[in-house]
Amino acid sequence: MNEYANRYYVVISAIVFVAIIFIIRLFSIQALDPSYKATAESNSTRVVIEFPTRGLIFTRDSALMVENKSSFDLMVIPENVTAFDTSYFIEILQLDSIQFIKEFIKAKKRSYIPAMVYKEIPDSIITKFQELQWMFPGFYLQTRALRHYPLSSAAHILGYIGEVDKNMIEKDAYYKQGDYIGITGIEKTYEVLLRGKKGRKLYLVDAKNRIRGSYKDGEMDETAISGKNIVLSIDSRLQTFGEQLMANKRGSIVAIEPSTGEILCLISSPAYDPNLLVGKNIASNYTQLRNDEANLLFNRAVMAQYPPGSTFKLVNALIGLQENVITTHSHFTCAGGYNVGSFHLGCHHNGSIEFYYSIQGSCNAYYCHVFDRILRNKEFQTIGESYTEWRNYVMQFGLGKRLGTDLAQELRGYIPEASHFDKYYGKDKWTPLRLISMSIGQGELGFSPLQMVNMTAAIANRGYYYTPHLIKNIEDLDTIPSKFKQKHTIDIDSAYFEEIIKGMEMVMKAGTAANAYVQGLDICGKTGTAENPHGKDHSIFVAFAPKDNPKIAISVYIENAGFGSTFAAPLASLLIEKYLRDSISVHQWETMLLNTSINYKTK
Amino acid sequence: MAKSRNWIANLDWITILIYVLMIFLGWINIYAAVYTEDQPGLIDFSLRHGKQLIWIMAAILIAFIILLIETKFYYYFAYVFYSIFIIILFVVIFIARDINGANAWLEIGSFRIQPGEFAKFATALAMARLMSTYNFDISDRKDLLKVMVIMFLPVVLIIMQNDLGSALVYFSLLIVLYRYGFPGWILLLGIFFVGLFVASFKISTLTLTFFVIFLASVLSAINFRRVTEVSIALGVFTLVLILSWVMIKLVDIKIELYYLVALSFVFSSIIYGYWIYSKKLGFVLLMLGFVFMSLIFLFSVEYIFNNIMGEHQQNRILVLLGEKDDPKGIEYNVNQSKIAIGSGGLTGKGFLQGTQTKYKFVPEQSTDFIFCTVGEEWGFLGTTSVILLFIALFWRLLVMAERQKTPFSMLYGYGVTGIIFFHFAINIGMTIDLAPVVGIPLPFFSYGGSSLWSFTILLFIFIKLDSSRQNIL
Repeated sequence: MNEYANRYYVVISAIVFVAIIFIIRLFSIQALDPSYKATAESNSTRVVIEFPTRGLIFTRDSALMVENKSSFDLMVIPENVTAFDTSYFIEILQLDSIQFIKEFIKAKKRSYIPAMVYKEIPDSIITKFQELQWMFPGFYLQTRALRHYPLSSAAHILGYIGEVDKNMIEKDAYYKQGDYIGITGIEKTYEVLLRGKKGRKLYLVDAKNRIRGSYKDGEMDETAISGKNIVLSIDSRLQTFGEQLMANKRGSIVAIEPSTGEILCLISSPAYDPNLLVGKNIASNYTQLRNDEANLLFNRAVMAQYPPGSTFKLVNALIGLQENVITTHSHFTCAGGYNVGSFHLGCHHNGSIEFYYSIQGSCNAYYCHVFDRILRNKEFQTIGESYTEWRNYVMQFGLGKRLGTDLAQELRGYIPEASHFDKYYGKDKWTPLRLISMSIGQGELGFSPLQMVNMTAAIANRGYYYTPHLIKNIEDLDTIPSKFKQKHTIDIDSAYFEEIIKGMEMVMKAGTAANAYVQGLDICGKTGTAENPHGKDHSIFVAFAPKDNPKIAISVYIENAGFGSTFAAPLASLLIEKYLRDSISVHQWETMLLNTSINYKTK
Repeated sequence: MAKSRNWIANLDWITILIYVLMIFLGWINIYAAVYTEDQPGLIDFSLRHGKQLIWIMAAILIAFIILLIETKFYYYFAYVFYSIFIIILFVVIFIARDINGANAWLEIGSFRIQPGEFAKFATALAMARLMSTYNFDISDRKDLLKVMVIMFLPVVLIIMQNDLGSALVYFSLLIVLYRYGFPGWILLLGIFFVGLFVASFKISTLTLTFFVIFLASVLSAINFRRVTEVSIALGVFTLVLILSWVMIKLVDIKIELYYLVALSFVFSSIIYGYWIYSKKLGFVLLMLGFVFMSLIFLFSVEYIFNNIMGEHQQNRILVLLGEKDDPKGIEYNVNQSKIAIGSGGLTGKGFLQGTQTKYKFVPEQSTDFIFCTVGEEWGFLGTTSVILLFIALFWRLLVMAERQKTPFSMLYGYGVTGIIFFHFAINIGMTIDLAPVVGIPLPFFSYGGSSLWSFTILLFIFIKLDSSRQNIL
């Protein structure tokens, strides 16, 4: 046996050889390859997102417009579930059994992880379930915050929130699948303020994904920051009262505080209950609203392009005065209308009409003459130039352009450029007569109710306005975006505004809206009646009050309701009185409006 | 009295020190593997680290008893021990309950032991006893058969208990034969066939057939410096192969390609036969024998696997060879094991700071995967230290074995080294994905009374034998 003593060396070499291989291998996975560290980390840490509470929304009169209401989702940890009476369970919770069983089977695939099996258990069943919960180990309720709108009003202003889509997730890394985001309205505009900031907690988990403690003693945790509460400039009384009065009518009411540009109410009718676009029924309700013949999701206040009708005469009068083509002493003849050759544009006066009366009585012929003079102004070489000058003035009132308010869906309206006519008639080959209907707010003009009330506010301010906005205050910041504090001045002497306003005062006292006069309110207004191809005329009224230091400017637009004086003017008066006095004196107007419902032809 | 003082002085204290160090480190790591923040008690006998403490104390007691018993006892009772354990192993097959797929546990009340663990020292003793008889001759076939029977009887019984891992350990006793003088090339051939067996599940038989022929040709060409003759032989084979392939195509018989290759080889060997006869080229015979054996082996493996084994056994082999994911997720274990060890880095995360350990990402971490705890909490420094500690032990054991005056003690010492080394290599190898996952413990580290006691007995019998090496039996 001793002749094989050298085999000792073979054996020891083999052993050392294996040991060296192990050490090399260990060095490579322990010292060289960092991926194991990362895998171990992700193995044993779990990130739990903490959702902040979304900011509340209040009105200027401290009414709560939007709050968060908890809803209860049915959760399950399948590994904790023992055999249970499924049919009884489904019965007491009033579940849709097919849906429940489908989700439950899905949850069982990852049995340690809590999974949602049923969304939004109705409140009425919650207590019953909590009493019987001991019978169903593994199941529990988890609260989730849903938006709730206690006033059931102002849907078009507030908008709604919904789950983020893929595009948004790609655009902004903050959002993850399943997060909620403001989709329209104020919820969208002030999303970043309202949402707050998500927090996160890192936990150590074991092999079965159960939480065992916090990671690095919470060093890397971030606490969630609640969303900011915001106050809107909306007056809840005006908003809800206006919505009631507009019931069964289509159109829009917008009111502004002229001295600040704060929107006091913004109504688009027909409206819908904002609570419809909340929670699990959002998809089906949304489809229903969108497919409604009355186009419920359309926000007329900022998206419609209505002809302004006779309310536009105020702007033409101001431009005429500023351009020195007329004075307050200018008289024009109205012979039951404006006649040039065979052209006739109807009116209802006879004889020579003076300046103030042209507003009070809303004379069409007078403004045809004014517009004719503006366009034939000797200061300019061509009609194109004089038209462009006129257009610039109009746009200074915020008409025909986006005002930049805090409702993103706002449209710019329409006022054609000179080139538009050049294209039809040839370069400067057109005459004032071609566009004469624009003198009385008809023709190719289209403005939103918001633009019309802004024009009114600019008149009330005697020549300037602030961009209309809904935001009044932001919690903690105590300010609003600076663009809403910027004054937009119109290049027209304030003295001319005073003259116009005298006419507007007479409209209420003895003019076209005398029927809507309210003693002591000092309202200045202007009626409008816009012809349209879709049936009866639109009833329009713009006004502000009181005459000095105006507190409210308003525009009322009711589709197919006839003369401006019939419906729009009394409605404006009711709201102005409601706002200034917090009461109404002429109840028959209210009754009349509430009882009026206009039939809109279905196409 | 003088004699007893003598053996105490002759105890190999370095080995004992290494042993104590290992069981201490083992216990520390078992504690870490069992540790959770909710149960921080250091001594809690309901938990594994608490129980291990009891096993350790009992192990020390066993070690003492072993050292106190006369050396001659182990020599004279070697066959008795062996017989007892063979009987127990046989009985266990029938009475043991299925635990983790194996019927390897003997239950006495709430107490469970694994006889397969203890049978190792008995087998090593019996082998040493047989081979140290003065007229034993390894080149005598009858003697060789006797050794093989002693060695492989437990293997058969343990395989019948469905505990493949423990059975494989007995192959490590071949080291004893090797040291005795058993030809090295036979062992190499054995290793070659094991390799061929594993490869037959991973590589096509056709490729392997060509590989075997190629290997035989190259080896004989180098060994006998007869490149021309080998080339001619290969040329004949290729010619026969092509001819038979053309014939088969013509007759249009459907046949597995590798059968064709094998048959061509058989046919061409008839031609070689004539050649050998005329030129007396013995080496060609050797080469033919090697190739024939390989082909028969491959054929049998395939035949036995496909036609004799049940699906359950087939799966066990496939899982063992990493050819199939098993339902209990061996791949998952190895993956988690590598993550735990790899995440330890150079210096480790610190005692009780290992997240993968604490939160139980590695299954069986206190038993078969105890090395992960070392890797994660003590890092590369820790793992290397453990490996060096084992190397120190093997070195000590071999030094001790070589200084024995009796073949019995020496051969037993090699047996001890072989068994512990096999556990060491396979256990650590599987935690770092270098060896198949067979559930065998890391000696002195893994949790479990059976394993700790059986290794203690194995080691301390040798320490006792060594201590009285001056006394001639």
